[in-house]
Amino acid sequence: MLAKRIIPCLDVRNGQVTKGVKFAGNADIGDPVAMARHYYEQGADELVFYDITASNERRGIMLEVVSRVAREIFIPFSVGGGLRTLEDMRAVLLAGAEKVSIDSGAVRDPKIISEGARAFGSQCIVLSMQVQKTGVRPGLESGYEVVIDGGRVFTGRDAIAWAHEGARLGAGELVINSIDRDGTKAGYDLEITRRISESVSIPVVASGGAGAPEHLRDAFMAGAADAAIVASIVHFGEYPIPELKRYLKAAGVEVRDAIQLEVQAR
Amino acid sequence: MIVIVDYRAGNLTSVKRALEFLGHQCEITDDADKIRAAERVILPGVGAAGATMENLRALGLAEVLRRDVAAARKPFLGICIGIQVLFDRSEEDSADCLGVIPGHVTRYPASIDGRALKVPQIGWNRVRQTRAHPIFSGVPDNTHFYFVNSYYPLPADPEVVIAESDYGVQFVAAVASGRVIATQFHLEKSGAAGLKLLDNFCRLTF
Repeated sequence: MLAKRIIPCLDVRNGQVTKGVKFAGNADIGDPVAMARHYYEQGADELVFYDITASNERRGIMLEVVSRVAREIFIPFSVGGGLRTLEDMRAVLLAGAEKVSIDSGAVRDPKIISEGARAFGSQCIVLSMQVQKTGVRPGLESGYEVVIDGGRVFTGRDAIAWAHEGARLGAGELVINSIDRDGTKAGYDLEITRRISESVSIPVVASGGAGAPEHLRDAFMAGAADAAIVASIVHFGEYPIPELKRYLKAAGVEVRDAIQLEVQAR
Repeated sequence: MIVIVDYRAGNLTSVKRALEFLGHQCEITDDADKIRAAERVILPGVGAAGATMENLRALGLAEVLRRDVAAARKPFLGICIGIQVLFDRSEEDSADCLGVIPGHVTRYPASIDGRALKVPQIGWNRVRQTRAHPIFSGVPDNTHFYFVNSYYPLPADPEVVIAESDYGVQFVAAVASGRVIATQFHLEKSGAAGLKLLDNFCRLTF
């Protein structure tokens, strides 16, 4: 049986992790490589980096971060933020990311999903979607709407229809990020997570709203998610990953035990 | 020298980075002479069986791997697509493969007992060591490893199986036959446990 994955998310701007992240015992606050190593050693199952650098000229900084991370951690990680073309994706994958995460760019130009899947394989292409509950109306049967550009632009697209379209075009995974729950610590939006997870044949990742260990349990059980993205719940040292995993294990959720092994590094 | 076979697929550099982290010198190459001269050979990668075999043939490497690596008893490690192409054929693209280990490669069922099975399998799964093998030295039984696969091998000879896992069905996760060792899971993305297996392969004496 597959373990449910816990995926810490790091927002990176100009090569530094934002949000004033501070966890105990780490001197390199804000350094994405040090934070990646910290979570890797704690037993994170995967990582995601979102590049929120505003200007295109600084993209090289992110690629440098990706390649430094790839030399030090040996679990999968994905990179998203501003990826619009196959060349953008290729650069990130060559720098060492396992997957690319596409969001608003895919809504504007859905063929980037199929082109990416054809060029690099579906397992590389994560379709991340921001959704907001705006109510059932004609053309929006699920009552959940796809939102782009950091939650500023409503698209009128039905979230479930877009999830199906993304899977059909070749996305290998879906991240369902609830705008309503993002930053609230009130728990993931279980309804939309479950409705999408149960109607597609690719893994679904819950995102937005984790504030307590039971929110992860609920995402995996009631929300039928295959993985869950965590941010502030781990960034501030409130719940270290081993503690989250102990809780989940006791609640009957299959999680990976991170093992410590003597591996001789260079 | 350890060589990583370059057949124009992704994921070659992540294996190289893992080996370098462990302090093992290695080179990514499609040069038949370098592969023949190598101490150990690794065939990693993500991709489809058909395209992998086409590329290996076009580069003249299928025969090199068969004759100068496997038959010549050179230590040989296959990872992910690298385990699948070791068999006679794969249902994926109906590909004829290397035939180093008898058997074929099949796809996970779309559903189990009426419940849909998500394919590909993407994530961490427990690996049962069904036969003691030095590649697993120092790694506890039932350790999780990272998988990304839609297909899995069905060896003709059950003796080659060294590890199994469960994803809707019980499936073969690793095989060993002489100096040929292969895993369905990604050693380079499986944390400390994966690094340990890579390190074991680089140090194995037969």
